[in-house]
Amino acid sequence: MSSDMESIYLAIVLAPLAGSLIAGLFGKLIGRSGAHWVTIIGVGISSVLSMYAFKDLMFDGGEIFNRSIYTWLTTGGISFEIGFMVDQLTVTMMVVVSFVSWMIHIYTIGYMHDDPGYQRFFSYISLFTFAMLMLVMSNNFLQLFFGWEAVGLVSYLLIGFWFKRESAIFANLKAFLVNRIGDFGFLLGIAAVLMTFNTLDYNQVFAMAPDYANSTISIISGTDWSLMSVICICLFIGAMGKSAQVPLHVWLPDSMEGPTPISALIHAATMVTAGIFMVARMSPLFELSETALTFVLVIGSITAFFMGLLGLVQNDIKRVVAYSTLSQLGYMTVALGVSAYSAAIFHLVTHAFFKALLFLAAGSVIMAMHHEQDMRKMGGLYRYMPITWVTSLIGSLALIGFPGTAGFYSKDAIIEAVHHSSLPFANWAYIAVLSGVFITALYSFRLFFLVFHGKERMDRNTWEHLKESPAVVTVPLSVLAIPSVILGVFLIGPMLFGDYFTAAIHVQANHDVLGVLGEDYHGVWSFTLHAFQAAPVYLALTGVAVAWLLYIKFPEIPAKIANRFKWIHQILINKYGLDDFNQLVFAGGARKTGSLLWQIGDVKIIDGVIVDGTASAIRWFSGKIRNIQTGHLYDYAFTMIIGLLLLLAVFVHHILG
Amino acid sequence: MITLGQVLILAAILFCISVAGIFINRKNVIILLMCIELMLLSVNMNFIAFSHFLHDMAGQIFVFFILTVAAAESAIGLAILVVLFRNRNTINVEELGTLKG
Repeated sequence: MSSDMESIYLAIVLAPLAGSLIAGLFGKLIGRSGAHWVTIIGVGISSVLSMYAFKDLMFDGGEIFNRSIYTWLTTGGISFEIGFMVDQLTVTMMVVVSFVSWMIHIYTIGYMHDDPGYQRFFSYISLFTFAMLMLVMSNNFLQLFFGWEAVGLVSYLLIGFWFKRESAIFANLKAFLVNRIGDFGFLLGIAAVLMTFNTLDYNQVFAMAPDYANSTISIISGTDWSLMSVICICLFIGAMGKSAQVPLHVWLPDSMEGPTPISALIHAATMVTAGIFMVARMSPLFELSETALTFVLVIGSITAFFMGLLGLVQNDIKRVVAYSTLSQLGYMTVALGVSAYSAAIFHLVTHAFFKALLFLAAGSVIMAMHHEQDMRKMGGLYRYMPITWVTSLIGSLALIGFPGTAGFYSKDAIIEAVHHSSLPFANWAYIAVLSGVFITALYSFRLFFLVFHGKERMDRNTWEHLKESPAVVTVPLSVLAIPSVILGVFLIGPMLFGDYFTAAIHVQANHDVLGVLGEDYHGVWSFTLHAFQAAPVYLALTGVAVAWLLYIKFPEIPAKIANRFKWIHQILINKYGLDDFNQLVFAGGARKTGSLLWQIGDVKIIDGVIVDGTASAIRWFSGKIRNIQTGHLYDYAFTMIIGLLLLLAVFVHHILG
Repeated sequence: MITLGQVLILAAILFCISVAGIFINRKNVIILLMCIELMLLSVNMNFIAFSHFLHDMAGQIFVFFILTVAAAESAIGLAILVVLFRNRNTINVEELGTLKG
């Protein structure tokens, strides 16, 4: 059985890679339709097999698979291997990744229809699927890092997919550089793991970890740092880069320069959740350090609250959704911080579906608007695009946590978990996530009303061509809308309060907030009903109501508010000045340092002194001694005599004397 | 009675004169050749002196060799000199400044 599973897992990983290689290397040969067929079939195989693996593990009592498949190299007693560990956590991620990716492949046929880089695009997204699956299925840190970097690479390639646009190149460079900062931390974390445990295998590391719970490390001599805190915070810095947590979030809004399917797949549904997945996977380590958990909690709540606020002032439809993604990632991180790992993964799963849905709906709108992304030039679209309208509504409701939708269960669980946490700052985080609910509802429905309702503000030419998108777009929208509604009902019981993740996620008894929650859990319906007695639902509904008042009933008010509180508005427009700060201090500083090193170090010292300097010193010296060579015999003879005398003097002095 | 030291001093004086002749003389290549001959002679003088005082005939035999070589060398030198004069129309050392790269 298990060897069957091995070949199935291999097929899951390799099918998208094969599709990607064929579409990428033989794109001209197989043509446009060949490229999308081969990749869609590849990812389809992987998606169907993932579901089979899910079924096998969940319902047919299959065993957790953990085996190394290939040893890459062995050095100094450490072997670097490629292997798969497929447990409940992994299989959940596999289904989400491959299924969302599959839908987005299909959607892309419609969205990229006229693009000259069609084959290249399909090759990239299939490559992404391969890399992401390698990341989640890994059984060791090295392969995790490989997947981590590979998804980063594909993200870079795809943000700059339209490489003739200057803004796209700026954005992909920014994403790449900011991610490098995170990856540096991540690499340090992995190095610390290797140094401490002398192995990179998950199971061995997790088994040994409790022995090191109280050991310390002195990085700067004289100070003792908790080893586990150092490892976990380093690893989490990697997660901050990949999952776009403050202050390394700056790349994500700019990544919207890429084509919309990519924003949906990579920058909303899957890749950015790699950090969340990684922390959940490392739960046996993170549980050992309250310092690290508090750090995670604080960063997460800052991201959840402040990034949500920024969504309120953006006018680009994709950027609003991007800030919403940041805020939701913040929610997941908060859940990780309070040790509610399964709630984080639960939110990750539901978010993957409804955020992909929202992005694809935004893409559908953008297509109808002839690639206009400014919401101020939209409005009233519900008449022309009914399917997009309905699916967007579903996505938005799921995002704000409307009772019954998938987002409701996951978000409510996170909020309740934070409420029960006893970590320092947990009460602040609680306030942040609670007010985040209101903000989420406000910006989501601001977008919804501005785009689909109100006055039709587009120009006449666009208006005449408004029509619903083709089936390759609307079918994935509809397919994604279904899990966005019903997934929560089915998953909340087993995932949060059942023993679904028992084998994969380790929570210490005194951190077990979900266990406390679970004592009051009496089935999904009472959970839903209970919500009507709690604040979040009403906050969300108030948010919707305020959005309706501001953008439908009295559309002139927002401008007045913006004028009245000009300085706050200005701060939000400037994104808290973080971009400018980075541009000035880090980018500017790096450029200044660079030009300093260039002007002084390279031009003056290396070129001037070392390279040209040796040459001109030799020229000067040879200019001097050239005068000795007169061509006159008597001068040569004289020199010879002098030399002879000198040698004689030395001889006499040393040997005879 | 002449001592070995006196003969050696004479040879050294001869040698120094000839060396000085080479690099003080700036006029005539023939004088250069003569100075070289003189140098060889001063060396011969040393050979003969040692040969005499050590009662070893090998030194004097060596002198014959040197004289032979010196004669051959002066012949070649003079031949070069003649060719040089034909080509350059001078044997002034100051004007012969092409011995350099």
